[in-house]
Amino acid sequence: MKCDILIIGGGVVGTAIARELSRYNLEIVLLEKEDDVAMGSSKANSGIVHAGYNSPADTLKARLNVKANPQFDKLCADLDVPFKRIGSLVIAFNEDELKQLKWEKENGEKLGIKGLKILSRDELLEKEPNLNPKAKYGLYAPSAGIVSSYELTIALADNAVINGGKVMLETEVRDIIEEKGRIQGVKTNTGDFYASYVINAAGLFADEIANYSNDTKIEYSLRKGEYHLYDKNWGNFVTHILFPTPSKVSKGILITPTVHGNLMIGPNAEETKDKKDLSTSKVALNEVFESAKKLVPDLKRLDIINSFSGIRAKEKSNDFIIAASKGLEGLINVAGIQSPGLSAAPAIAEMLLDILHEYNHELKRDIDLSFKKNFKETLTPKKRLYRTDYYNWQEIIAENPDFAEIVCRCEKVSKGEIIHAINRPVPATSIDAVKRRTRTGTGRCQGGFCQPRVLEILAKELNISPLKVSKKGKGSCLLFARTKEMLLSKMAGEKL
Amino acid sequence: MKNYQLVIIGGGPAGLAAALKAKENGLKKILVLERDRYLGGILQQCIHNGFGLEYFKEELTGPEYASRFIEKIKTQDIEYKTETMVIGISNNENWSLDNKKTNKSNIENKDFKNIIAINREDGLLNIKANAVILAMGCRERTREAIRIPGTRPAGVFSAGTAQRYINIEGYMPGKDVIVLGSGDIGMIMARRMTLEGAEVKAVLEIMPYSSGLMRNKVQCLDDFDIPLKLSHTITEIKGKDRVESVIISEVDENLNPIDGADEDIECDTILFSVGLIPENELSRDLGVKIDKITNGPVVDEYRMTSIKGVFACGNVLHVHDLVDYVSTEAEIAVNAAEKYINKELKERENPIDLIPEKNVQYIVPQYIKYHDLNRKFVNLFFRVEKPLNNVNILILDQDNNLINSYKKDIVHPSEMLKIVLTKKDFKKVLDKIRISVIKEGSESFVSN
Ligand SMILES: Cc1cc2nc3c(=O)[nH]c(=O)nc-3n(C[C@H](O)[C@H](O)[C@H](O)COP(=O)(O)OP(=O)(O)OC[C@H]3O[C@@H](n4cnc5c(N)ncnc54)[C@H](O)[C@@H]3O)c2cc1C
Repeated sequence: MKCDILIIGGGVVGTAIARELSRYNLEIVLLEKEDDVAMGSSKANSGIVHAGYNSPADTLKARLNVKANPQFDKLCADLDVPFKRIGSLVIAFNEDELKQLKWEKENGEKLGIKGLKILSRDELLEKEPNLNPKAKYGLYAPSAGIVSSYELTIALADNAVINGGKVMLETEVRDIIEEKGRIQGVKTNTGDFYASYVINAAGLFADEIANYSNDTKIEYSLRKGEYHLYDKNWGNFVTHILFPTPSKVSKGILITPTVHGNLMIGPNAEETKDKKDLSTSKVALNEVFESAKKLVPDLKRLDIINSFSGIRAKEKSNDFIIAASKGLEGLINVAGIQSPGLSAAPAIAEMLLDILHEYNHELKRDIDLSFKKNFKETLTPKKRLYRTDYYNWQEIIAENPDFAEIVCRCEKVSKGEIIHAINRPVPATSIDAVKRRTRTGTGRCQGGFCQPRVLEILAKELNISPLKVSKKGKGSCLLFARTKEMLLSKMAGEKL
Repeated sequence: MKNYQLVIIGGGPAGLAAALKAKENGLKKILVLERDRYLGGILQQCIHNGFGLEYFKEELTGPEYASRFIEKIKTQDIEYKTETMVIGISNNENWSLDNKKTNKSNIENKDFKNIIAINREDGLLNIKANAVILAMGCRERTREAIRIPGTRPAGVFSAGTAQRYINIEGYMPGKDVIVLGSGDIGMIMARRMTLEGAEVKAVLEIMPYSSGLMRNKVQCLDDFDIPLKLSHTITEIKGKDRVESVIISEVDENLNPIDGADEDIECDTILFSVGLIPENELSRDLGVKIDKITNGPVVDEYRMTSIKGVFACGNVLHVHDLVDYVSTEAEIAVNAAEKYINKELKERENPIDLIPEKNVQYIVPQYIKYHDLNRKFVNLFFRVEKPLNNVNILILDQDNNLINSYKKDIVHPSEMLKIVLTKKDFKKVLDKIRISVIKEGSESFVSN
């Protein structure tokens, strides 16, 4: 396959780039190794749109974060993604920590962030009654917000697709195709792809892709972060994003409401070597809980409905690398996108376009960087029962009775919503992909009741056997055989 | 808008027994609402036998037990709707579909409850009922809720979900299986998977004793040579796409894993059978007071909740080990609902609190509230906290005077206990009854 631009990686960065580029008369193909977009860091993170004061004002990550932050209201409205600008508080317990807050405030003001304010204990407790009363000061940033990072990623990909982009799932880049110091394309498990430019947005794996060339080596150190997610009855326990005063390694273990009305605590920061190891551990989860309790002492271990982890990749420069490869013409690396990569994603995409303009000029490649006439900036809002008052359900049901069949009882998700998810521009083809799009199985029973129904609907819509329905792509099928088959083959001495 | 005398939410054994009793008592307009595709609830996937010994005096399978009720529901023309999900119950006068603006106001209606439900055929339904019986059953506690760390691959199921896949959908969700939790569902599923050709490598139980019925341990594990590892738990789940193995560990008396006592066992499937939780989301939204131990509504001896005219029975109230008791409980609730509708309930001046004390987890009902001159006794159901041999069950009044006591050879948390309070017992009781279960011979039964 031949196209103008290949994008490797369907995280928030890759999909934001795909969507941005789909405004232009370009043929774009995005390659993603997993069975869905948003399967890397963009799935398991804190979901915070940071105000942007944390990183030194001269870093790329600070600048892009601050530039992107104000775009989220429109972006999320256009793409029908849940986003709430609830503001954040960094909490200081002593004068030393206050110094750090003052630095952050000054740094933020240098970057042009508005509304930063240092609050007293009383002001803090008024905003957050469950906060530890020993808190002394807090840095308030009204522009910080919360977003569903996987829904944003999926929506960006959907929008790119309806504007002509292609998303190839379960397509893993395994090598690059090089000729005379230029990249011509990539080799994948499903065949070769050729393009004028290749954008490497492979997240945790972007180092490997970049280092296929003789580039100045990209070097990652990895840190895992684990989280607990609470039942919705804790959803109002805090109403802002609460951070402790940050340490050298991370912004610390935060506590925040989520856009879906749950409460989330985490992440810790532990060194790891294995990019693929997303396991949780008892020690880390205890650390998360104990640290969160320092901010909000009344937190309980009750009602935790899920735990998960994500991995951050810090480049040795401790900043984003967004630049044309020095070793290989035509390759653009977007690597080391640690936090605040989610917050910065829309600005990263814009920056990429600038690079492409410049680069194209320089290289005189034949891509057409003029605007598409019929670019569609918005996605049609999805009909969702959970965010509609029940007395308005009537209209939704009247249009399509599938919406009257509730499949997920905890989150009130109907068959209609599941069928829509399976038929979206980037289709959901597994149980978890349906879950990310519709919230089936995210409630307190964690899919105990709805999973068999979701599986059945998937099998029917995809026209495959239930035995082929997976949790998250190849190798993760849920069922092994029809009943009696296993027994019969065992009796015949066969192995299933 | 439709009006009913009695609306029953849930068409499992509790709801079905309630509907039949209501019909028998002569209630006129009865409606059963069930969200699944069929009546019978979880019994329909319990194809093993052992049901009905108490209630029907014969041994039935789950579907057989359910069908006895369902047949009658059909022949007696009791109205029911399947695939119908109740999304809200309210005692707010103005809470209805047509009344968007006033939904927020809070005028309590003494005579009606409003119910909103949804299904394919009718769309949104607005139903009024004089009395409501909550019979929604329970859900399973999850791996996530007990915080078992590790990866999150396919192959981790709650035992009931696996049971549904096998017995209702007709598919096998595993080949090499570990079961965590030796409750009845866990043991029954260990046998069921074995009968279907899977290999169940072990059933693990964190407590030093099995948490299911003895007969299930014998018939489901021993008879199939499935090892039961007491004082063991899973400390980590491994595997990227599908479960590859689990690390299991022995635990000490504080249930903490013992260093060095762990073992990596290969398997592709883990079934969690680690407890049931009454499904009271609807009840909570309505404002029903919930007991922190049972996770079910706080009820009086007629199974009326803290909201007048709303009753609860079956597993939504507290988890039962025998369906037979569920059916009986439903009948108590219906008899009371009928009296409530006819305004025949007479409250005592002071309700009597029932207080679980030594080695008692909970008591249902939580209090006794009515003067009923005709009744001969009140049944109290309770569970102990830990197993004991040769015990005395002591019933004490507010001043710690002994009202009555019973001997029992063996008590176990897995077995619900019942005591009968007779008219005579009530004589000196003013406002409290305490229950303790202590070892025979230990002298003091005075609490605190
Ligand atoms: C614990 C944690 C908390 C965080 N919290 C926040 C926060 O609150 N706010 C914030 O702004 N940022 C946060 N971040 C950072 C943010 O999540 C990341 O910066 C962002 O998600 C990175 O997006 P990405 O697209 O670069 O990477 P990813 O989302 O990892 O996407 C890369 C994609 O590339 C695919 N891929 C890799 N190799 C190949 C290949 N060879 N072929 C095909 N496809 C490939 C992967 O499967 C993956 O889907 C957090 C990160 C972590 C880990």
